[in-house]
Amino acid sequence: MANTSSRIVITGVGLTAPNGNSLAEFRSHLLNGIAGVEWIEVRYMGRLPAGVCHFDPLRYQKKKELRVGTRAGSISIYCAREALADSGLDFAACPKDRVGIYIGCTEHGNVETENEIYAISKFGYDTRFWSHYHNPRTVANNPAGEVSLHLGVTGPAYTIGAACAAGNLGLIHAAQMLRLGEVDLAICGGVSESIHTFGIFAGFKSQGALASNPDPRRASRPFDKGRNGIVVSEGGCLYTLERLDDALARGSKIYGEIAGYCVNSDASDYVLPNPTRQAECIRRAVAHAGLEPRDIHIVNTHATATPQGDIQECEAIRAVFGEGCPDTWVNNTKSFMGHCMGAAGALELAGNLPSFSDKVVHPTINVDDLDPLCALPGLVLNLPKSVAKADTILNNSFGMLGINSTLIVRRYVA
Amino acid sequence: MTKDECKNAVIAIIADIAPDEDLSNLKPDVRLRDQLQLDSMDFLDIVMELRKRHGIEVPEADYPKLASLDSCADYLTPKFDAIHAARRAS
Repeated sequence: MANTSSRIVITGVGLTAPNGNSLAEFRSHLLNGIAGVEWIEVRYMGRLPAGVCHFDPLRYQKKKELRVGTRAGSISIYCAREALADSGLDFAACPKDRVGIYIGCTEHGNVETENEIYAISKFGYDTRFWSHYHNPRTVANNPAGEVSLHLGVTGPAYTIGAACAAGNLGLIHAAQMLRLGEVDLAICGGVSESIHTFGIFAGFKSQGALASNPDPRRASRPFDKGRNGIVVSEGGCLYTLERLDDALARGSKIYGEIAGYCVNSDASDYVLPNPTRQAECIRRAVAHAGLEPRDIHIVNTHATATPQGDIQECEAIRAVFGEGCPDTWVNNTKSFMGHCMGAAGALELAGNLPSFSDKVVHPTINVDDLDPLCALPGLVLNLPKSVAKADTILNNSFGMLGINSTLIVRRYVA
Repeated sequence: MTKDECKNAVIAIIADIAPDEDLSNLKPDVRLRDQLQLDSMDFLDIVMELRKRHGIEVPEADYPKLASLDSCADYLTPKFDAIHAARRAS
Protein backbone atom coordinates (compact mmCIF):
# COMPACT_ATOMS: atom_id res chain seq x y z
CA MET A 1 0.00 0.00 0.00
CA ALA A 2 1.24 3.50 -0.80
CA ASN A 3 2.66 5.68 1.95
CA THR A 4 0.42 8.17 3.74
CA SER A 5 1.62 11.16 1.74
CA SER A 6 0.43 9.65 -1.53
CA ARG A 7 -2.81 8.20 -0.18
CA ILE A 8 -5.70 10.58 -0.84
CA VAL A 9 -8.82 10.61 1.30
CA ILE A 10 -12.24 12.26 1.24
CA THR A 11 -12.77 14.35 4.36
CA GLY A 12 -15.84 16.47 3.54
CA VAL A 13 -18.90 16.37 1.30
CA GLY A 14 -21.14 19.24 0.21
CA LEU A 15 -23.95 18.67 -2.21
CA THR A 16 -27.23 19.78 -3.66
CA ALA A 17 -29.27 17.26 -5.59
CA PRO A 18 -32.84 17.30 -6.89
CA ASN A 19 -33.71 15.02 -3.96
CA GLY A 20 -31.56 16.41 -1.17
CA ASN A 21 -29.42 19.34 -0.06
CA SER A 22 -27.11 17.43 2.26
CA LEU A 23 -25.56 13.99 2.20
CA ALA A 24 -27.81 12.80 5.04
CA GLU A 25 -30.99 13.94 3.28
CA PHE A 26 -29.84 12.65 -0.09
CA ARG A 27 -28.93 9.24 1.33
CA SER A 28 -32.18 8.97 3.24
CA HIS A 29 -34.15 9.63 0.07
CA LEU A 30 -32.08 7.09 -1.88
CA LEU A 31 -32.85 4.42 0.70
CA ASN A 32 -36.52 5.33 0.88
CA GLY A 33 -37.24 5.47 -2.84
CA ILE A 34 -37.88 9.22 -2.95
CA ALA A 35 -37.21 10.69 -6.37
CA GLY A 36 -36.64 14.37 -7.07
CA VAL A 37 -37.88 15.01 -10.59
CA GLU A 38 -40.62 17.60 -11.24
CA TRP A 39 -42.23 19.58 -14.03
CA ILE A 40 -40.58 22.80 -15.15
CA GLU A 41 -41.37 25.29 -17.89
CA VAL A 42 -38.57 25.35 -20.44
CA ARG A 43 -38.30 28.40 -22.71
CA TYR A 44 -39.74 27.70 -26.18
CA MET A 45 -40.48 24.07 -25.23
CA GLY A 46 -43.11 24.10 -22.49
CA ARG A 47 -43.50 21.68 -19.61
CA LEU A 48 -40.81 19.02 -19.22
CA PRO A 49 -39.62 16.74 -16.41
CA ALA A 50 -36.38 17.95 -14.80
CA GLY A 51 -34.36 17.66 -11.63
CA VAL A 52 -34.36 20.98 -9.75
CA CYS A 53 -32.21 21.80 -6.71
CA HIS A 54 -33.97 23.65 -3.91
CA PHE A 55 -31.04 24.79 -1.75
CA ASP A 56 -31.12 28.31 -0.35
CA PRO A 57 -28.46 30.30 -2.24
CA LEU A 58 -28.69 33.12 0.31
CA ARG A 59 -27.38 30.77 2.98
CA TYR A 60 -23.87 31.66 1.85
CA GLN A 61 -24.11 34.36 -0.82
CA LYS A 62 -25.16 37.97 -0.79
CA LYS A 63 -27.92 39.12 -3.12
CA LYS A 64 -25.39 41.03 -5.18
CA GLU A 65 -23.27 37.90 -5.69
CA LEU A 66 -26.37 36.17 -7.01
CA ARG A 67 -27.19 39.06 -9.32
CA VAL A 68 -23.72 39.23 -10.82
CA GLY A 69 -22.80 35.55 -10.79
CA THR A 70 -24.16 32.44 -12.44
CA ARG A 71 -26.33 29.55 -11.31
CA ALA A 72 -23.33 27.23 -11.75
CA GLY A 73 -21.28 29.54 -9.56
CA SER A 74 -24.00 29.62 -6.94
CA ILE A 75 -24.32 25.84 -6.85
CA SER A 76 -20.53 25.60 -6.59
CA ILE A 77 -20.31 28.07 -3.72
CA TYR A 78 -23.08 26.30 -1.79
CA CYS A 79 -21.39 22.91 -2.24
CA ALA A 80 -17.92 24.25 -1.41
CA ARG A 81 -19.10 25.91 1.80
CA GLU A 82 -21.04 22.80 2.82
CA ALA A 83 -18.02 20.57 2.14
CA LEU A 84 -15.68 22.82 4.12
CA ALA A 85 -18.12 22.93 7.03
CA ASP A 86 -18.47 19.15 6.91
CA SER A 87 -14.70 18.64 6.80
CA GLY A 88 -14.14 20.30 10.16
CA LEU A 89 -11.20 22.20 8.68
CA ASP A 90 -10.22 25.52 10.22
CA PHE A 91 -10.41 27.09 6.79
CA ALA A 92 -9.54 30.58 8.00
CA ALA A 93 -6.17 29.21 9.06
CA CYS A 94 -5.51 27.32 5.78
CA PRO A 95 -2.93 28.97 3.50
CA LYS A 96 -5.16 30.01 0.63
CA ASP A 97 -2.42 29.66 -1.98
CA ARG A 98 -2.22 25.94 -1.13
CA VAL A 99 -5.89 25.29 -1.86
CA GLY A 100 -6.95 24.02 -5.30
CA ILE A 101 -10.47 24.19 -6.75
CA TYR A 102 -11.17 21.65 -9.48
CA ILE A 103 -14.75 21.54 -10.72
CA GLY A 104 -16.01 19.27 -13.47
CA CYS A 105 -18.53 20.72 -15.93
CA THR A 106 -20.40 19.22 -18.83
CA GLU A 107 -20.68 22.64 -20.42
CA HIS A 108 -20.81 26.21 -19.21
CA GLY A 109 -22.13 29.45 -20.68
CA ASN A 110 -25.15 28.20 -22.58
CA VAL A 111 -27.52 29.49 -19.90
CA GLU A 112 -26.11 33.00 -19.89
CA THR A 113 -25.81 33.20 -23.68
CA GLU A 114 -29.41 32.10 -24.18
CA ASN A 115 -30.57 34.58 -21.55
CA GLU A 116 -28.73 37.46 -23.20
CA ILE A 117 -30.07 36.64 -26.65
CA TYR A 118 -33.56 36.44 -25.19
CA ALA A 119 -33.04 39.76 -23.39
CA ILE A 120 -31.88 41.65 -26.50
CA SER A 121 -34.76 40.13 -28.47
CA LYS A 122 -36.93 42.50 -26.39
CA PHE A 123 -34.88 45.42 -27.73
CA GLY A 124 -34.93 44.52 -31.42
CA TYR A 125 -31.66 42.53 -31.10
CA ASP A 126 -29.80 45.77 -30.41
CA THR A 127 -26.46 44.64 -28.95
CA ARG A 128 -26.17 47.86 -26.91
CA PHE A 129 -28.41 45.99 -24.48
CA TRP A 130 -26.03 43.00 -24.21
CA SER A 131 -24.76 42.66 -20.62
CA HIS A 132 -21.21 43.63 -19.72
CA TYR A 133 -21.29 40.60 -17.40
CA HIS A 134 -21.62 38.20 -20.31
CA ASN A 135 -17.92 37.37 -20.60
CA PRO A 136 -17.11 36.82 -16.91
CA ARG A 137 -20.29 34.77 -16.63
CA THR A 138 -19.54 32.54 -19.61
CA VAL A 139 -15.80 31.90 -19.41
CA ALA A 140 -15.26 28.19 -18.89
CA ASN A 141 -13.62 28.67 -15.49
CA ASN A 142 -16.59 30.66 -14.13
CA PRO A 143 -17.89 28.19 -11.50
CA ALA A 144 -14.44 27.61 -10.00
CA GLY A 145 -13.57 31.29 -10.27
CA GLU A 146 -16.69 32.28 -8.36
CA VAL A 147 -15.70 29.89 -5.56
CA SER A 148 -12.18 31.34 -5.46
CA LEU A 149 -13.60 34.88 -5.21
CA HIS A 150 -16.05 33.86 -2.53
CA LEU A 151 -13.51 31.98 -0.40
CA GLY A 152 -10.45 34.11 -1.11
CA VAL A 153 -8.61 31.10 -2.50
CA THR A 154 -5.48 32.16 -4.40
CA GLY A 155 -4.35 28.69 -5.48
CA PRO A 156 -5.35 27.10 -8.78
CA ALA A 157 -9.09 27.29 -9.49
CA TYR A 158 -10.45 26.01 -12.76
CA THR A 159 -13.04 23.79 -14.33
CA ILE A 160 -12.54 20.55 -16.15
CA GLY A 161 -14.67 20.12 -19.24
CA ALA A 162 -15.42 16.45 -19.63
CA ALA A 163 -19.06 16.16 -20.72
CA CYS A 164 -20.96 13.90 -18.34
CA ALA A 165 -17.80 12.25 -17.06
CA ALA A 166 -16.78 15.56 -15.49
CA GLY A 167 -17.77 14.88 -11.88
CA ASN A 168 -15.37 11.96 -11.67
CA LEU A 169 -12.71 13.99 -13.46
CA GLY A 170 -12.84 16.70 -10.80
CA LEU A 171 -11.98 14.15 -8.12
CA ILE A 172 -9.38 12.35 -10.20
CA HIS A 173 -7.59 15.56 -11.15
CA ALA A 174 -7.63 16.73 -7.53
CA ALA A 175 -6.11 13.46 -6.33
CA GLN A 176 -3.37 13.85 -8.92
CA MET A 177 -2.62 17.44 -7.88
CA LEU A 178 -2.46 16.43 -4.20
CA ARG A 179 -0.07 13.58 -5.02
CA LEU A 180 2.10 15.95 -7.02
CA GLY A 181 2.23 18.28 -4.03
CA GLU A 182 0.77 21.16 -6.03
CA VAL A 183 -1.83 21.85 -3.32
CA ASP A 184 -2.52 20.73 0.25
CA LEU A 185 -6.29 20.84 0.11
CA ALA A 186 -8.55 20.27 -2.89
CA ILE A 187 -12.17 21.34 -3.25
CA CYS A 188 -13.33 19.19 -6.12
CA GLY A 189 -16.16 17.41 -7.85
CA GLY A 190 -18.72 18.55 -10.39
CA VAL A 191 -21.63 20.91 -10.96
CA SER A 192 -24.34 21.48 -13.54
CA GLU A 193 -26.92 24.19 -14.17
CA SER A 194 -28.15 22.53 -17.35
CA ILE A 195 -31.89 22.81 -16.71
CA HIS A 196 -31.67 26.58 -17.27
CA THR A 197 -30.73 26.19 -20.93
CA PHE A 198 -33.42 25.12 -23.36
CA GLY A 199 -30.69 24.05 -25.78
CA ILE A 200 -29.73 20.95 -23.87
CA PHE A 201 -33.37 19.79 -23.72
CA ALA A 202 -33.91 20.60 -27.38
CA GLY A 203 -30.70 18.86 -28.35
CA PHE A 204 -31.66 15.64 -26.58
CA LYS A 205 -35.19 15.92 -28.00
CA SER A 206 -33.85 16.23 -31.53
CA GLN A 207 -31.58 13.28 -30.83
CA GLY A 208 -34.58 11.20 -29.68
CA ALA A 209 -33.02 10.94 -26.22
CA LEU A 210 -35.25 13.12 -24.01
CA ALA A 211 -37.40 11.33 -21.42
CA SER A 212 -41.15 11.72 -21.25
CA ASN A 213 -43.62 10.26 -18.75
CA PRO A 214 -46.99 11.34 -17.32
CA ASP A 215 -45.42 11.22 -13.83
CA PRO A 216 -42.13 13.16 -13.67
CA ARG A 217 -40.90 11.09 -10.71
CA ARG A 218 -41.09 8.02 -12.93
CA ALA A 219 -39.53 9.60 -16.00
CA SER A 220 -35.95 8.52 -15.30
CA ARG A 221 -36.00 4.74 -15.58
CA PRO A 222 -32.67 3.16 -16.45
CA PHE A 223 -32.78 -0.57 -17.27
CA ASP A 224 -36.59 -0.61 -17.57
CA LYS A 225 -38.07 -1.77 -20.87
CA GLY A 226 -40.18 1.40 -20.97
CA ARG A 227 -37.25 3.81 -20.66
CA ASN A 228 -37.29 6.51 -23.31
CA GLY A 229 -34.45 8.88 -22.57
CA ILE A 230 -32.71 11.32 -20.28
CA VAL A 231 -34.21 13.54 -17.59
CA VAL A 232 -32.09 16.70 -17.55
CA SER A 233 -31.17 17.84 -14.04
CA GLU A 234 -29.06 20.36 -12.23
CA GLY A 235 -26.93 19.62 -9.21
CA GLY A 236 -23.58 19.87 -7.56
CA CYS A 237 -21.29 17.89 -5.33
CA LEU A 238 -17.92 19.07 -4.11
CA TYR A 239 -15.57 17.22 -1.77
CA THR A 240 -12.62 18.18 0.32
CA LEU A 241 -9.74 15.88 -0.54
CA GLU A 242 -6.54 15.73 1.48
CA ARG A 243 -3.45 13.62 1.73
CA LEU A 244 -3.94 10.93 4.35
CA ASP A 245 -1.13 12.17 6.59
CA ASP A 246 -2.70 15.65 6.73
CA ALA A 247 -6.13 14.22 7.48
CA LEU A 248 -4.74 11.98 10.23
CA ALA A 249 -2.71 14.82 11.73
CA ARG A 250 -5.83 16.89 12.32
CA GLY A 251 -7.93 13.94 13.42
CA SER A 252 -10.39 14.29 10.55
CA LYS A 253 -13.17 11.88 9.84
CA ILE A 254 -12.53 9.99 6.62
CA TYR A 255 -15.34 9.03 4.26
CA GLY A 256 -13.16 6.87 2.05
CA GLU A 257 -9.92 6.64 0.12
CA ILE A 258 -9.34 7.22 -3.58
CA ALA A 259 -8.27 3.72 -4.57
CA GLY A 260 -7.93 3.88 -8.33
CA TYR A 261 -9.21 5.40 -11.50
CA CYS A 262 -9.02 5.47 -15.26
CA VAL A 263 -9.96 7.97 -17.95
CA ASN A 264 -9.94 6.92 -21.58
CA SER A 265 -11.59 7.77 -24.90
CA ASP A 266 -13.71 5.83 -27.37
CA ALA A 267 -12.34 7.58 -30.45
CA SER A 268 -15.30 6.15 -32.33
CA ASP A 269 -18.36 8.47 -32.36
CA TYR A 270 -19.62 11.88 -31.28
CA VAL A 271 -22.48 10.54 -29.17
CA LEU A 272 -22.71 6.74 -29.33
CA PRO A 273 -20.94 4.97 -26.46
CA ASN A 274 -18.42 2.21 -27.06
CA PRO A 275 -18.72 -0.76 -24.67
CA THR A 276 -15.28 -2.08 -25.59
CA ARG A 277 -13.62 1.13 -24.42
CA GLN A 278 -15.92 1.38 -21.40
CA ALA A 279 -14.90 -2.15 -20.33
CA GLU A 280 -11.26 -1.19 -20.90
CA CYS A 281 -11.75 1.86 -18.67
CA ILE A 282 -13.33 -0.22 -15.89
CA ARG A 283 -10.62 -2.91 -16.08
CA ARG A 284 -7.82 -0.38 -15.94
CA ALA A 285 -9.36 1.37 -12.96
CA VAL A 286 -9.68 -1.94 -11.10
CA ALA A 287 -6.06 -2.77 -11.91
CA HIS A 288 -4.96 0.74 -10.90
CA ALA A 289 -6.54 0.14 -7.51
CA GLY A 290 -4.62 -3.14 -7.21
CA LEU A 291 -7.90 -5.06 -7.12
CA GLU A 292 -9.68 -7.82 -9.00
CA PRO A 293 -13.26 -7.42 -10.27
CA ARG A 294 -14.55 -9.69 -7.48
CA ASP A 295 -13.16 -7.18 -4.95
CA ILE A 296 -15.62 -4.48 -6.15
CA HIS A 297 -18.73 -4.50 -3.97
CA ILE A 298 -20.79 -1.67 -5.48
CA VAL A 299 -20.86 -0.71 -9.14
CA ASN A 300 -22.69 2.58 -9.59
CA THR A 301 -23.66 2.74 -13.25
CA HIS A 302 -23.67 5.76 -15.50
CA ALA A 303 -26.82 4.52 -17.32
CA THR A 304 -28.95 7.50 -18.36
CA ALA A 305 -32.05 5.59 -19.52
CA THR A 306 -31.44 5.87 -23.23
CA PRO A 307 -32.53 2.69 -24.99
CA GLN A 308 -29.10 1.92 -26.45
CA GLY A 309 -26.72 3.45 -23.90
CA ASP A 310 -27.94 1.36 -20.99
CA ILE A 311 -27.51 -1.85 -22.93
CA GLN A 312 -24.00 -0.90 -23.95
CA GLU A 313 -22.88 -0.08 -20.42
CA CYS A 314 -24.37 -3.37 -19.22
CA GLU A 315 -22.40 -5.12 -21.93
CA ALA A 316 -19.22 -3.47 -20.65
CA ILE A 317 -19.97 -4.36 -17.02
CA ARG A 318 -20.83 -7.94 -17.97
CA ALA A 319 -17.54 -8.23 -19.85
CA VAL A 320 -15.57 -7.22 -16.75
CA PHE A 321 -17.55 -8.80 -13.92
CA GLY A 322 -19.18 -11.76 -15.71
CA GLU A 323 -21.00 -14.18 -13.42
CA GLY A 324 -18.18 -14.83 -10.98
CA CYS A 325 -18.42 -11.88 -8.59
CA PRO A 326 -20.93 -12.89 -5.90
CA ASP A 327 -20.19 -9.85 -3.72
CA THR A 328 -20.61 -7.29 -6.52
CA TRP A 329 -23.87 -5.29 -6.48
CA VAL A 330 -24.96 -2.88 -9.20
CA ASN A 331 -27.16 0.21 -8.87
CA ASN A 332 -28.08 3.49 -10.53
CA THR A 333 -28.68 6.89 -8.93
CA LYS A 334 -30.08 8.71 -11.98
CA SER A 335 -33.33 6.76 -11.52
CA PHE A 336 -33.99 9.08 -8.53
CA MET A 337 -32.79 12.43 -9.81
CA GLY A 338 -32.30 12.30 -13.55
CA HIS A 339 -28.99 13.13 -15.17
CA CYS A 340 -27.13 15.85 -13.29
CA MET A 341 -24.63 16.10 -16.14
CA GLY A 342 -21.32 17.49 -14.87
CA ALA A 343 -22.37 16.81 -11.29
CA ALA A 344 -23.56 13.27 -11.96
CA GLY A 345 -20.38 11.35 -11.17
CA ALA A 346 -19.64 13.30 -8.00
CA LEU A 347 -23.23 13.15 -6.71
CA GLU A 348 -23.67 9.48 -7.51
CA LEU A 349 -20.48 8.61 -5.64
CA ALA A 350 -21.69 10.61 -2.63
CA GLY A 351 -25.00 8.76 -2.60
CA ASN A 352 -23.12 5.49 -2.20
CA LEU A 353 -20.39 6.52 0.28
CA PRO A 354 -22.58 5.83 3.34
CA SER A 355 -22.64 2.16 2.29
CA PHE A 356 -19.21 1.84 3.91
CA SER A 357 -20.84 2.31 7.27
CA ASP A 358 -24.42 1.07 6.85
CA LYS A 359 -23.66 -1.83 4.45
CA VAL A 360 -26.78 -1.07 2.46
CA VAL A 361 -26.81 -0.65 -1.32
CA HIS A 362 -29.34 1.87 -2.56
CA PRO A 363 -31.54 0.55 -5.36
CA THR A 364 -32.29 1.52 -8.93
CA ILE A 365 -35.90 2.62 -8.84
CA ASN A 366 -38.58 2.85 -11.55
CA VAL A 367 -37.83 -0.62 -12.89
CA ASP A 368 -41.26 -2.18 -13.49
CA ASP A 369 -40.22 -4.40 -16.36
CA LEU A 370 -36.51 -5.15 -16.45
CA ASP A 371 -35.00 -5.13 -19.91
CA PRO A 372 -33.42 -8.60 -20.22
CA LEU A 373 -30.47 -7.01 -21.99
CA CYS A 374 -29.83 -5.00 -18.78
CA ALA A 375 -30.36 -7.92 -16.39
CA LEU A 376 -26.92 -7.83 -14.80
CA PRO A 377 -26.11 -10.20 -11.94
CA GLY A 378 -26.33 -8.31 -8.66
CA LEU A 379 -28.58 -5.53 -9.97
CA VAL A 380 -30.34 -3.98 -6.95
CA LEU A 381 -33.87 -3.15 -8.04
CA ASN A 382 -36.48 -0.94 -6.39
CA LEU A 383 -35.62 -1.77 -2.76
CA PRO A 384 -32.33 -1.26 -0.91
CA LYS A 385 -30.26 -4.33 -0.17
CA SER A 386 -28.24 -5.14 2.93
CA VAL A 387 -24.98 -6.76 1.90
CA ALA A 388 -22.23 -8.70 3.61
CA LYS A 389 -19.39 -6.64 2.18
CA ALA A 390 -19.34 -2.93 1.27
CA ASP A 391 -15.68 -1.99 1.15
CA THR A 392 -15.33 -0.70 -2.42
CA ILE A 393 -17.38 1.51 -4.75
CA LEU A 394 -16.73 1.67 -8.48
CA ASN A 395 -18.32 4.72 -10.06
CA ASN A 396 -18.80 4.96 -13.83
CA SER A 397 -19.34 8.26 -15.65
CA PHE A 398 -19.25 8.51 -19.40
CA GLY A 399 -19.77 11.42 -21.75
CA MET A 400 -20.18 12.67 -25.29
CA LEU A 401 -17.25 12.62 -27.68
CA GLY A 402 -16.44 9.28 -26.10
CA ILE A 403 -14.91 10.23 -22.76
CA ASN A 404 -15.07 7.46 -20.15
CA SER A 405 -14.16 7.66 -16.48
CA THR A 406 -14.16 5.09 -13.71
CA LEU A 407 -13.33 6.03 -10.15
CA ILE A 408 -12.89 3.55 -7.31
CA VAL A 409 -13.18 4.56 -3.68
CA ARG A 410 -12.55 2.14 -0.84
CA ARG A 411 -13.37 2.12 2.84
CA TYR A 412 -10.51 3.70 4.74
CA VAL A 413 -8.36 1.15 6.55
CA ALA A 414 -5.31 2.40 8.42
CA MET B 1 -39.43 65.92 -13.91
CA THR B 2 -38.16 67.42 -10.66
CA LYS B 3 -34.65 66.74 -9.45
CA ASP B 4 -36.04 64.73 -6.55
CA GLU B 5 -38.01 62.54 -8.96
CA CYS B 6 -34.83 62.06 -10.95
CA LYS B 7 -32.91 61.06 -7.82
CA ASN B 8 -35.66 58.56 -6.95
CA ALA B 9 -35.38 57.02 -10.42
CA VAL B 10 -31.63 56.59 -9.88
CA ILE B 11 -32.14 55.17 -6.38
CA ALA B 12 -34.63 52.65 -7.80
CA ILE B 13 -31.92 51.44 -10.17
CA ILE B 14 -29.28 51.29 -7.43
CA ALA B 15 -31.67 49.28 -5.23
CA ASP B 16 -31.60 46.52 -7.85
CA ILE B 17 -27.89 46.79 -8.54
CA ALA B 18 -26.81 46.82 -4.89
CA PRO B 19 -29.58 44.78 -3.21
CA ASP B 20 -27.65 44.24 0.02
CA GLU B 21 -27.16 47.96 0.67
CA ASP B 22 -29.22 50.22 2.94
CA LEU B 23 -30.22 53.19 0.77
CA SER B 24 -32.34 55.01 3.34
CA ASN B 25 -29.66 57.50 4.35
CA LEU B 26 -27.88 58.25 1.10
CA LYS B 27 -26.26 61.68 1.16
CA PRO B 28 -27.04 63.41 -2.16
CA ASP B 29 -23.84 65.47 -2.24
CA VAL B 30 -21.44 62.58 -1.45
CA ARG B 31 -20.01 60.29 -4.14
CA LEU B 32 -22.03 57.10 -4.41
CA ARG B 33 -18.83 55.02 -4.39
CA ASP B 34 -17.90 56.57 -1.04
CA GLN B 35 -21.18 55.47 0.52
CA LEU B 36 -21.89 52.18 -1.19
CA GLN B 37 -19.93 49.15 -2.34
CA LEU B 38 -20.13 49.93 -6.04
CA ASP B 39 -17.46 48.99 -8.56
CA SER B 40 -16.95 49.98 -12.17
CA MET B 41 -19.16 47.13 -13.40
CA ASP B 42 -21.95 48.41 -11.16
CA PHE B 43 -21.69 51.86 -12.75
CA LEU B 44 -22.01 50.20 -16.14
CA ASP B 45 -25.18 48.62 -14.75
CA ILE B 46 -26.55 52.06 -13.90
CA VAL B 47 -25.81 53.18 -17.46
CA MET B 48 -27.45 50.04 -18.86
CA GLU B 49 -30.55 50.41 -16.71
CA LEU B 50 -30.96 54.08 -17.69
CA ARG B 51 -30.89 52.87 -21.30
CA LYS B 52 -33.28 49.95 -20.73
CA ARG B 53 -35.80 51.59 -18.41
CA HIS B 54 -35.78 55.18 -19.63
CA GLY B 55 -34.19 55.22 -23.07
CA ILE B 56 -31.42 57.53 -21.81
CA GLU B 57 -27.94 57.26 -23.32
CA VAL B 58 -24.94 58.29 -21.23
CA PRO B 59 -21.76 58.65 -23.32
CA GLU B 60 -18.62 57.28 -21.67
CA ALA B 61 -17.15 60.78 -21.39
CA ASP B 62 -20.07 61.74 -19.14
CA TYR B 63 -19.77 58.82 -16.69
CA PRO B 64 -18.14 61.10 -14.02
CA LYS B 65 -21.40 63.08 -13.99
CA LEU B 66 -23.09 60.09 -12.31
CA ALA B 67 -20.79 60.33 -9.28
CA SER B 68 -23.36 61.51 -6.69
CA LEU B 69 -27.16 61.76 -6.52
CA ASP B 70 -26.93 65.56 -6.87
CA SER B 71 -24.69 65.32 -9.95
CA CYS B 72 -26.97 62.61 -11.38
CA ALA B 73 -29.96 64.92 -10.94
CA ASP B 74 -28.17 67.87 -12.54
CA TYR B 75 -27.08 65.77 -15.51
CA LEU B 76 -30.06 63.45 -15.99
CA THR B 77 -33.07 65.69 -15.30
CA PRO B 78 -32.80 67.53 -18.66
CA LYS B 79 -32.37 64.17 -20.38
CA PHE B 80 -35.52 62.82 -18.71
CA ASP B 81 -37.35 66.01 -19.73
CA ALA B 82 -36.16 65.67 -23.32
CA ILE B 83 -37.29 62.05 -23.48
CA HIS B 84 -40.70 62.91 -22.02
CA ALA B 85 -41.09 65.82 -24.41
CA ALA B 86 -40.21 63.61 -27.37
CA ARG B 87 -42.76 61.01 -26.24
CA ARG B 88 -45.46 63.66 -25.88
CA ALA B 89 -44.67 64.94 -29.36
CA SER B 90 -44.82 61.53 -31.01
